[in-house]
Amino acid sequence: MGTTDTTESTKPRTEEVGWETKVRYFLNNDLVRSSPYWGIPFLLMGIAVYGGIGFNTAISLTDARGLGAPDYSLSNLDFEMYTQALGSSAFLSAAQNNLVLLIVFTTICLLLGLFLAILLDQGIRYNNTVQTIYLLPMALSFVITAQVWLWIYNYDFGLMNIITRAVGIGPVDWIGNPSIALGSVIFALIWQFSGYTMVVYLAGLRSLPDDQFEAAHVDGASTLKTYIRIIIPQMKEASVSAAVVLMVFALKAFTFLYALTGRYRPPNGTDILATLMVRQAFKLGKWAYSAAIATYLLILALGVIAPYLYYQYRQGSL
Amino acid sequence: MASSSSDQTFDVASLVEDYSLYRISQYVLVVLFIGFFLAPLETGLMTAFKTNRAVAETIPLMPPLAEGFTLDNMTFALDALSGAFFNSLFMAIPATIGSVLFGSMAAYGLTMVDWRGQLGVLVLFLVGIFLPYQAVLVPLARFWNNIFPLASMVEPIFVALPILQSYHANLVPLIITHIAYGIPICTILFRSYYQGLPTSYVEAAKIDGASITKIYRRIILPISKPMFGVVFIYQFTQIYNEFLFAFTLITGSDTPEAVVTLILPAVGASTSGVDFGIRMSAAFLAALPTLIIYVAFAEQFAKGLKTDA
Repeated sequence: MGTTDTTESTKPRTEEVGWETKVRYFLNNDLVRSSPYWGIPFLLMGIAVYGGIGFNTAISLTDARGLGAPDYSLSNLDFEMYTQALGSSAFLSAAQNNLVLLIVFTTICLLLGLFLAILLDQGIRYNNTVQTIYLLPMALSFVITAQVWLWIYNYDFGLMNIITRAVGIGPVDWIGNPSIALGSVIFALIWQFSGYTMVVYLAGLRSLPDDQFEAAHVDGASTLKTYIRIIIPQMKEASVSAAVVLMVFALKAFTFLYALTGRYRPPNGTDILATLMVRQAFKLGKWAYSAAIATYLLILALGVIAPYLYYQYRQGSL
Repeated sequence: MASSSSDQTFDVASLVEDYSLYRISQYVLVVLFIGFFLAPLETGLMTAFKTNRAVAETIPLMPPLAEGFTLDNMTFALDALSGAFFNSLFMAIPATIGSVLFGSMAAYGLTMVDWRGQLGVLVLFLVGIFLPYQAVLVPLARFWNNIFPLASMVEPIFVALPILQSYHANLVPLIITHIAYGIPICTILFRSYYQGLPTSYVEAAKIDGASITKIYRRIILPISKPMFGVVFIYQFTQIYNEFLFAFTLITGSDTPEAVVTLILPAVGASTSGVDFGIRMSAAFLAALPTLIIYVAFAEQFAKGLKTDA
């Protein structure tokens, strides 16, 4: 039976076709006809994202470096670059810095964001304006905020050292001292991102029904207790989604560190996987080696995203 | 009865007192945090208008005073960045329009029409949002430089066009790259909006026999105007601020096609160090387009971020 016949709908024939077939036909038809809509963007995105990942993996298995084209012959493909990275002290220290950045940055951003959200949820006047101010750093490029913080951390005239001199600690080399530099960078990034976590938590707080508060008040619970016992546990979803965004950011953060020095090598003590990867590729031309580092980065990012997507799926909110 | 009511008034009075103290401390905190978020930007802005002497001698937070005030840094920075501004806008506007349109189309195809396997496609889009771009940088550079040198292919067209120069052709691969990697986030932003729309319109139109294209053009596009605003603002800010792709695809900060973010880390640098008056002026100018958009459309920007999460 040609399906085209049914659309022309000669009466006896449509009666022969069961409703299930019709429904399926309708859906199939929709799928086909809607495909240019999602299909073209999907194709473009698919080539860029998944084609790119595949290509990157292929390069990482070769020994490509310098100007020559990668040699993809089977005998040349191995995991040498991956083992070489794991044995390199530069890679391991970058991974360690990255882990510190990820944990400290994410934790403090979440806590500060939650605190600010609760603060602004107390019926503060002009709270929209205040929210706009808190979120302002998030609208700026990392290149720009890096310049601003470079000035603040300036050894001779920067705001930070004016404060430290005033309280009698004396000048600190915020970016030049390898044991402090990572902390300084994390502080600047917290400044930039805590407005974002605040917005996510505020959205969560405002979606809660008011009567929970009233009920707790009637029971005589203090505001603090109400938050700790009742409100914060309900912020789980907001926390998880904000944490995922922050952690993935911490893995790929490159721009801020690059823009601090304007060179491939970020301040001593702040080298992370992303900066190491870009330096190995575009400064030293070690294509295969940097592609392998990029794959490690991707695996780490997927390690964060995959459980999140699964969690969302289980919650039915995908 | 009487005692209980007096008890109650007593309680209320103490509550009010408590409340006001509590209130004051809240506002103090709010103001302190305003200082925390604005002070770094304020020191930058003040420094931009100071002479080198004033930069060295005054506190960064203080505004420049009579002799310490200068516009030289600004004019120098403007001169250094003017070409880059054009490049940034020439790159960011088409890239934004492209990714927003594709995002809306994809979201429409993925929400308004039901078919099996949709979830799988959706997950592929979602992973695209969180992808660390480092994972595609080496292929990207190889693709645009060796495999498909689009920039040199379109160069003759750019020579013939008015206003544009031949070097602007180098921005074309960057535009396409931004569109491709911008699609996932735009799709998810639009999808969250389309999911909240009542399905009755679309169902009614379907029953009336409207085609998928007709439904999109007559119903979905008109009602998604506010969301277009949100996504456009969000995406423009992202692309204008972006650094890594530009850094990978454009050869250097001294090339004529360099965008603003690429040039900024080099402005005002010399062998003797960074001239912060100039650097801060340049940073302020570079931030200006996004600052204007942000202040004018703060609500939309926040909304974009929220749905993102």
